[in-house]
Amino acid sequence: MSKYLLNKFLFMVDRDPELVERYRSEPRELVAWWEAECANTVLNCHSGEASTWLRFDDVEREALATHDHVKLFELGAHPFLTLTLFIALFERDNTEPLEYQKSYGARLAHFAMPYPDIAT
Amino acid sequence: MATVVAVIASTHHPFYYRASTATGEDRPPFADEWASKILAFRETLTRARPDVLVMVGSDHFHQLWLDNMPQFLVGKAPSYDANWYNEEREFGLPRMLLKGQEDLSGHILRAGLDSGFDLAFSNELRIDHSITCPIITLRPEADLPIVPIYTNIFAPPLPQPKRFVQLGQAIREIVESWPSHLRVAVIGTGHLSLELGGPRQFGPHGPDPEFDQRAVEWIANGDLDGCLREVTLDSLHSPGNATHGFMDFMLMMGVAGAGVKADYVDTLDLFHTMEAYFTWYPNGAPAA
Repeated sequence: MSKYLLNKFLFMVDRDPELVERYRSEPRELVAWWEAECANTVLNCHSGEASTWLRFDDVEREALATHDHVKLFELGAHPFLTLTLFIALFERDNTEPLEYQKSYGARLAHFAMPYPDIAT
Repeated sequence: MATVVAVIASTHHPFYYRASTATGEDRPPFADEWASKILAFRETLTRARPDVLVMVGSDHFHQLWLDNMPQFLVGKAPSYDANWYNEEREFGLPRMLLKGQEDLSGHILRAGLDSGFDLAFSNELRIDHSITCPIITLRPEADLPIVPIYTNIFAPPLPQPKRFVQLGQAIREIVESWPSHLRVAVIGTGHLSLELGGPRQFGPHGPDPEFDQRAVEWIANGDLDGCLREVTLDSLHSPGNATHGFMDFMLMMGVAGAGVKADYVDTLDLFHTMEAYFTWYPNGAPAA
């Protein structure tokens, strides 16, 4: 399990408007493309260098491919990263202020303290 | 030597800018009261007539990332671009450009390293809403040079709460030992109880009003002993999963000094979180 790689996906997609749109419309394709092309990018580094070992396990890949933010919470993905990206994906469908944010919280209502560990 | 003319601690609510500038049907019902409280809070800084702002905040995974995460970082650059695409997208925050005070940055880095804080530094730092929110609320002209200081309240493992307090105490001493005639305000922002991305988020008020009440009392009274007795890295999970941002308030209590009561205290109960505003005048309150 790689909380780090889940976070890296959320972080990299969230900061790129084009990837946000691709993740909204074609999540499974975007996750597969990102894992193949971007997962091993060393950020904050000259291009041309890469890691060789980063990959999702099946549970992580499926959670991302199905926009399953509840599963991501359970897996210990950083809640701020998940929330920020998912607001970008779905807040636009709100029919009233904070509708998506509130329903997002409600879907997590079965989690009691302590929440899943987010340390990487 | 430089003078610390004001110490200011505040929450940083990224929705303030949009709420306070909205008009007509878009203006939320709480905006007028909020803006009025901010204007009064702003006056506490204006009255101190600062020349330089030391700004304590925390990057929200914008420039600082898990592949290379500093615990405490001081910006040292002639300029700082500010706010990011996703803050523009979610909060409507404007892009900004702030001047840096490199001489004070260098002094803080040297003196910090020499007094036991292995501070990281950045010569090219784009700052985020943890620093631009208090610029917008307290000094919207954005005309004063700054020294940004980032803390890690976000990506565990985190430093202990007492380390934030110690760093605050050191910042106070270091700024006061800066060979300069300039007037410095130290401004830091954090959170009271806060939940982000968890089941208690976006409630009608902060996730733990009882914690908020105690926290405001600790800060207003400079009660570092009481605060440090109760607050641990583990205990901060319970008021809300983003409550570790309270440690930036603890840092600012360190800057203000143990047992020193704040000269100005105000709060505002909002949906999602409680806002809180504190000002100390180390040399006595300036004339209005």
